[in-house]
Amino acid sequence: MTRFEDPSVTVAPTDASPGLDEQALLPQLVAHLREHRTRLRQEWVGRIQETHLLQAMTAQEMVAETTLVYDNYVEVLETGSVEALQHYARDLSERIIPRGVETHEVVGIVLLLRDVLARSLFEKYQRDFSLLNRVLDAYEPAANRIANTVAVSFVEERERVIRQQQDSIRELSTPVLPVRERLLILPIIGVLDRERARQLTVQLLGGIRTHRAKVVVVDITGVPDVDESVANHLVRTVDASRLMGASVIITGLSPEIAQTLVTIGVDLSKMNTIGDLQGGLEEAERLLGFAVSREDGNGGP
Amino acid sequence: MNGGPRLFSILRQGPYLIASIHTALDDSQLVRFQQDLVERIGSDRARGVVIDVAALDVLDSFASRTLRDIGEMARLRGAVTVIVGIQPDVAFAMVELGMDTGRVVTALDLEEGLAELDSHVTAPPAPRT
Repeated sequence: MTRFEDPSVTVAPTDASPGLDEQALLPQLVAHLREHRTRLRQEWVGRIQETHLLQAMTAQEMVAETTLVYDNYVEVLETGSVEALQHYARDLSERIIPRGVETHEVVGIVLLLRDVLARSLFEKYQRDFSLLNRVLDAYEPAANRIANTVAVSFVEERERVIRQQQDSIRELSTPVLPVRERLLILPIIGVLDRERARQLTVQLLGGIRTHRAKVVVVDITGVPDVDESVANHLVRTVDASRLMGASVIITGLSPEIAQTLVTIGVDLSKMNTIGDLQGGLEEAERLLGFAVSREDGNGGP
Repeated sequence: MNGGPRLFSILRQGPYLIASIHTALDDSQLVRFQQDLVERIGSDRARGVVIDVAALDVLDSFASRTLRDIGEMARLRGAVTVIVGIQPDVAFAMVELGMDTGRVVTALDLEEGLAELDSHVTAPPAPRT
């Protein structure tokens, strides 16, 4: 938050220290906007629909939200305090993000409102050019600050949602499953980024300790791609497992990953890799001395 | 150099020696540990050595080199060495820093280490009559 407040703070002094005229101008301006509220709001909605923004919203919602935004907007112009608006913008974002409203739409509608209001000011003061200039001097910094606040609040809310989702993915992402005595499986699905690779290491080494594993099968069938740092991390994890007395078998390397690993020159000589999970399990059972056989005596798998 | 309490113990268990390090050792204590252990291998006619480092939460490069050296020396004196109890964090830190235990075998814990030794050390055939 504080990170984003700085630009608005630098904007603030321009309207915090207005001349005598400007001090009188702002209330005049606000009164004008209040007076023509319905007309200007409808004009704004018309512009929003013209540009096909906010199509995820119904007409009723549009009326309700635009009225609220309009009132908040005028209030900020009047008081100069963006706190209430910030609060409202965050609240609004929370409601509309799940419905797929994009950043450009939110920024777009606020800028449209700014333009609609500016036009109405042009109209009102068109006879007196110097007065118009002074009115715009008072109006523009506040309007820009509002646009800034709304956009920042929206993006922040979005980031919060993304962080939340990342956390839940992380929680679900690396299960350690004991399949036989001293044999673990770690199925990995989805993109392995640095953070997940780090977490994988922690889970794997911790799992070896708690389950007293001798063999671990890491199945990466579900991993679309890895980059160099993740590949090296994987190799180091395998080495660390060996220091703890467990051998690691990697299964399900996709052709793409195999190509990547060879191209970027990761040293895989110490890695025990087997084509698929089935083969990996068979190899693990062999290492552990298990012999699986069918009851009818037709041989093992 | 040989002053102060010993921060490690070397116990005999059948044909094996079990050496536990109780706390982080400084370099001179590591050297003492190495000397004592290599000497005991000869005097106890040990066939295998388990070095337990479970109590250590850090293994620096000198310590891991010493452990590797002990492994080599023990081999020259006729014993197999297994290092056991490397903690997950320690294991990853060692790999990150590019240290390893060379040809010395590692195992999860003491029990595993003894089993590992059993598989390495083929007991001399018992005299049959």
